[in-house]
Amino acid sequence: MKAIMEGSQAVAQVVSLCKPNVVCAYPITPQTHIVERLAILHSEGKLKAGFVLAESEHSAASIVLGASATGARSYTATSSQGLLLMTEVMFNIAGMRLPVVMTVANRAVSAPINIWNDQQDSMSLRDCGWIQMYAEDVQEACDMHIQAFRIAEELNIPVMVCMDGFVLTHSMEVVDIPSQDEVDEILPPFAPSYFLTPKDPVTLGSMAGPDAYMEIRMLLHKAMKDAPRVIQDVSDEFEEKTGRHQGGLLDPYELEDAEIVLVSMGSLLGTMKDVVDQLRDEGYPIGILKVRTTRPFPREKFHDLLCNARAVAVLEKDISLGLEGILCSEIRSAFCRAAKTPNISSFIVGLGGRDVREDDIRNIAISMFENDSCRVEFVGINKEALAAAHWRAEDYTECISTDVCPKPEKGDS
Amino acid sequence: MAVEEVESRLLAYGHTACAGCGEALAARTVIEAAGPDVIIANATGCLEVFTTRFPRSAWRVPWIHSLFENAASVASGIEVALKALERSDEAKVIAQAGDGGTADIGMGAFSGMLERGHDILYVCYDTEVYSNTGFQRSGLTPLYAHTTTSPAGELTWGNATRKKDLPSIAVDHGAVYVATASVGYPQDITRKVKKALSLSGPKYIQIHCPCVPGWGIESHMTIRVARAAVNSGLIPLFEIVEGNIIGVRKIKEDERVSVEEYMKLQKRFSHVLKSPRGKDLIRQVQSIANLNIEKFGLLGINE
Repeated sequence: MKAIMEGSQAVAQVVSLCKPNVVCAYPITPQTHIVERLAILHSEGKLKAGFVLAESEHSAASIVLGASATGARSYTATSSQGLLLMTEVMFNIAGMRLPVVMTVANRAVSAPINIWNDQQDSMSLRDCGWIQMYAEDVQEACDMHIQAFRIAEELNIPVMVCMDGFVLTHSMEVVDIPSQDEVDEILPPFAPSYFLTPKDPVTLGSMAGPDAYMEIRMLLHKAMKDAPRVIQDVSDEFEEKTGRHQGGLLDPYELEDAEIVLVSMGSLLGTMKDVVDQLRDEGYPIGILKVRTTRPFPREKFHDLLCNARAVAVLEKDISLGLEGILCSEIRSAFCRAAKTPNISSFIVGLGGRDVREDDIRNIAISMFENDSCRVEFVGINKEALAAAHWRAEDYTECISTDVCPKPEKGDS
Repeated sequence: MAVEEVESRLLAYGHTACAGCGEALAARTVIEAAGPDVIIANATGCLEVFTTRFPRSAWRVPWIHSLFENAASVASGIEVALKALERSDEAKVIAQAGDGGTADIGMGAFSGMLERGHDILYVCYDTEVYSNTGFQRSGLTPLYAHTTTSPAGELTWGNATRKKDLPSIAVDHGAVYVATASVGYPQDITRKVKKALSLSGPKYIQIHCPCVPGWGIESHMTIRVARAAVNSGLIPLFEIVEGNIIGVRKIKEDERVSVEEYMKLQKRFSHVLKSPRGKDLIRQVQSIANLNIEKFGLLGINE
């Protein structure tokens, strides 16, 4: 059924249709509307789950851990500092192969404290062993949650559904909310292969010494490497059943003959598609690679979809301080000694809720046609803010790295 | 003891605890009292390490370990899941942790579990020190005990603070049952665990367990030291139901010991006993015991 809904309310509605047995809530901006809505649905008897109000995010994650280990379909949501406080538990949930699903309403990380959107929070947790998926709009966020439970439970790997804070969580959008029957058809009841019960006692979370720890970590890696097939299958099945395009792990847009490719994830893609449509009309051979899944990292797919481009600009709302955008570094890893390698540049945009406008994206795109050297840039820097902080003009230019990957000398192969 | 009885223990032999470990004995007493129909959420610590080295496990009941500070939260999740899945009749839920995992790093989770009113028995094995990491000071370390982070030195007398009063904190959260126990009196542990598990709601039992290497005692002295702690008045054994003290273990006149006699049994207080200032320090510790004796009415005979 189509309705105009706020992103958070729509996601809460869909999570409720996924029939979780246990939902845990702890407030943090901009995730709060999701758990508030779930609380209302619970109070009205529409969400038939154990609804637990935790005393911290660390405990919220621990509660869903315990519930999942007992065989309950378990859900929680968080943002930013909350996700960082959960970090220890995140690794633990993944290490124990518990199929928890969590929404991350993406937000900047302190300091300075900032409640607005970027993706530093979830990108900082890329190594915790969770599948990470990023939604472009509210509809995709809704659809992704249904798929997330299915993927998590099929693989015994937890899934983080990332949606941009405020931009998606607080925006009104026309959303097609599936019926209960439609969700049930895609998402069967949770049937865990093992769980805590006196009928068949298991020990979970035991201590592994140097003789076994490495093997267990290796098997977690293997499970994650097997995940792309399941993510793609579930995406395809969802598309078949709902008629809505899903896109698997990576979703190309106008990529076929593109010389310059813009890569990004999350809500920025909508604006980027508008800009690319305009540039295409003006005759620029440009396209977009939308990233839906960052873990597992589909390295080969990245290679195959980008190897014919002259240059790639990765626009992202996070940074590995002292290096570049995190996704950009990872995409570079797809081209280690590849026969055809595009020049790859990192553009840091939209940190802490800084608006990313059509003009910003257009400028990046056109600059790539004029200068395709591999570089790291900050986009949309407010020089007045720098001046107010008594910084020097050079502070900005010194943050720009040009030619980070110099061309090989003649004779190198 | 019959072989079958040992073979069927819910916490099996063959684990790797120190000889004479107070916590191992207490944990075995707790699980035997609770029976097989339980699910245990265990904090990180000695008990977890010495019972579950992969791929073996000494537990014959469903058991999960997650982290150091979240046993209470994991247990909360288990309890809510059992209710949501209509499996509450299947198992009682027990959370267990040491003194560091409860009084220090796990305090927030402990508080949340109590406050939400989950039907969980939380057992704290109080060894008065971070045993697993090498005997550092915790919030339940007693006054003047030498630990590796509260060493006795030229300028210090060991731990400078008194034990955090966790049972009172639990009572003030509205726990339906709060009790202290000692591994020196296993039958008392059994009775209290059974009683706690017969009640619905959050329950807390704090069991005093000597740590052989942490306290500097011989491995055959665990029970004697544990009993001396109780009979000095430093570790009062009591039961509180819905906020009211319903029973205390009286100290028998012929078993009563001074705190000095108790301290003499352990190396962690040797600096106090050797020092010329020791008499004053011992007086201070004795006054803690005296206050307990007065507050809980530990002398005399049971009515």
